[in-house]
Formats: sequence, structure tokens, C-alpha cells
Amino acid sequence: MIIAIPSDKESLDSAVCVSFGRSPFYCLYDTETKQSTFLVNSAADSPGGAGIKAAQILVDNKANILITIRCGENAARVLQPANVELFKALNLSVADNIFAHAQNKLEPLKEVHAGYHNGH
Amino acid sequence: MRGTTMAIEPTLAILSGKGGTGKTLVSVNLASVAKKATYIDCDVEEPNGNLFFNPTKEFGKLVTVKKPVVDDALCDGCHICVDFCAFNALALIGNRLMIFDDICHSCGGCLHVCPQKALSEQESPVGEMSIGQSGTVRSISGYMNIGESSGVPIIAELLKHKDDGLTIIDAPPGSSCLVTESVRLSDFCILIAEPTIFGSHNLAMVYSLVSLLGKPCAVVLNKTMEGGNPSEEFCIKNSIPIIGRIPFDKKLGSLNSVGKIVAREDEHYHEVFSSILKKALEEVRS
Repeated sequence: MIIAIPSDKESLDSAVCVSFGRSPFYCLYDTETKQSTFLVNSAADSPGGAGIKAAQILVDNKANILITIRCGENAARVLQPANVELFKALNLSVADNIFAHAQNKLEPLKEVHAGYHNGH
Repeated sequence: MRGTTMAIEPTLAILSGKGGTGKTLVSVNLASVAKKATYIDCDVEEPNGNLFFNPTKEFGKLVTVKKPVVDDALCDGCHICVDFCAFNALALIGNRLMIFDDICHSCGGCLHVCPQKALSEQESPVGEMSIGQSGTVRSISGYMNIGESSGVPIIAELLKHKDDGLTIIDAPPGSSCLVTESVRLSDFCILIAEPTIFGSHNLAMVYSLVSLLGKPCAVVLNKTMEGGNPSEEFCIKNSIPIIGRIPFDKKLGSLNSVGKIVAREDEHYHEVFSSILKKALEEVRS
């Protein structure tokens, strides 16, 4: 199973990024091999549709779980049919959130926001 | 007129960095003092020029844009369109293509790159436009449907109906894509500014846009009062011509607030706007 977490830096002690679609990196943690890798988010500086592209990147990288502080509705529309489960991140490091998930201490992410889209 | 063609008259765009500075006031009155003019209300999110003109309705149509639709039977999930889309309007989950109409900019690129010819286009309404006459003014106005994300296609449609006569474009506020589209065909921009520090910041923003677009411009100072005017200081500092001053005047405010065109109601204001138009046309020709 692969857990994805938006992260501010390329390290396990990084804070979870407050943005999903515009996070600079994603930590991908494989629960079977216990290996973590970091992806550079190529959607981060998109003028629009960052959440859609970021969600596509995670689906293409076979993520099963997303631990995030928030998620926009367009991203959620991509993640849901791909059966990616969403959990609300705690105000802890990436590593501690992976640990909290293993301990079943994370709540499902209940709300998706309408996005912070600018005018065109 | 023997052997000559009709001269193309200038297109003047009226801009400001924020709403409420007097773009519509100036646009409507400049169009009204001209012998003959076309007024185009490009503020399609909140068009109000026709509240003043109350024109006859001679022409109206829906404005549509093209949105892609996928034939699931033909799509083989190759991912090429998803990678191509510069706006991230497409996603592919399993073999199912998802299309986000709100994000799509109707460029048609996905149809072009699809090897399976699985995509086609469908017309989708985004607003409407109308043309009418009010005295010497031909008024062209558009309206964006509530919930749409971009008025650019509606503005593009309005501009198609511009003729070679004198044209006054009432631009949307700010310095967004909507404004850039609105001033595209203009020969000259008139920036409206308020006499406050906030007003001078808004002026700086819109001045920076027209400079970037290479459009010559001048400023009309609106709501002027006794004392300092930060917008005037900005003009002096940047050598921007000031072609008019409209005082903060209760009479003007009262007439304007009930939808009257002050230049048609009051001789003094007819003079004020005639002078602004004359100076603007001199600037265009200089």
C-alpha cells in the first residue's frame, strides 16, 4: 500500500504542506517495503488546475492513501474514482503522520473545499 | 470623397484599477458627446452601461464556447491529451477520461492530439450579447452567465461587432485577462483615477498593464477636491498626460445615480466631456 503526503521539504521530518495541489513535494511511503521516496510536484506552479494534475500524478504513482491538511473538490473528484482514501493530517511531521496512520489515529478527511481559484 | 476610403476612427478604452472610479461614467458620457459613436460594455460580469443608454434592442445572441466530450468506446486511455492540456482540465482514471469544463479554456488541443479521434466538441453557452441604439450611440453589451469562470469569450464576441467608427470601450475593473482582452483592439487608453493613496496604487497597477501592452495612455482624474491628489502626483512623476478633471460634485452624483447621462442633461458637463474627448483624440493623433 502506498501512502502519499504533501511535504514542504524532501525529508521525513518535513512539515506536511498546507496545500495539496501546490505542495512542492509528495512523500510516497510504501507500507510493505517501508521505503519512502519524494516526488517533485510538477503541478505546483500551474496557473490553474493544480489540484487535478497533482491528483493525477498521485494516481499514476499508484497511491492508495492520501494524508493531507486539505483537498479541493476537483482533486477529490479525481481521487475518489481511483479509490484513494483521504485522511486528515495531524499538525506533525510527515514521519509522525505515517506513524499515526499505522496506529489508526487519523480521521478520514470529511470536507473538501471549493478551491481558491483566481479569476482568469 | 472621390477615390478615398472612409477613415478609420480611433478606439478608446476606459480603464481603472478598481471598480467605482468612474469608468462607466466617463465611457457613457464620452460616447454621448461624440457626433456618432459605438459604446462597448466589456464589464460582462456587471454590465451597467445600458442602465444609462436604455437602448433599443436590435440584435441579440447567445455566446457559446466549445467544450470537449469523449467517446468512451473510442478512448483507449493513452494519456496523451492529459499530458498535453496546459490548463490541467483533463484527468484519466483507469481508462476513463474526466473533463473539467470549468478549467478548460476551449483551445481544442486535446482533439488535435488524440490518436483515437475519441474527442469531439460541443457548444456550451456562457452568456449573451446584444446591440441597440440610444440617440447617436450604438451600444454593444454582453452578459456572463452566473457561475461561469471566464468572461473572455464574451468580450471577444463583443469586439467582433466593432466597426470603423469612433469606439469607446468600457473595460472591466483591475488588470486581469478580461481587461487585457478588452483593450486588445484599442488605439489609446484612458485611465480613470481617484484622488486617494489607494486610488494612486490602483492607477499604478493599470498603468503598468497598459505600458506592458504598449498602449499609449492618458489619465482623467475623477472626484477631485481641494488639497493634494496622490494620483495627480503619480501622473506628474511618470509624465502621464492628464486630459481631464471631474470634480467631486453632488449634482453630477445625483444625476448619475438615477441613470441619467450628465452630458445629455447638463450643458456644463457636456463641455467637460467634450473637452476630454477632444484632448484624447489629440493625444491619439500626436
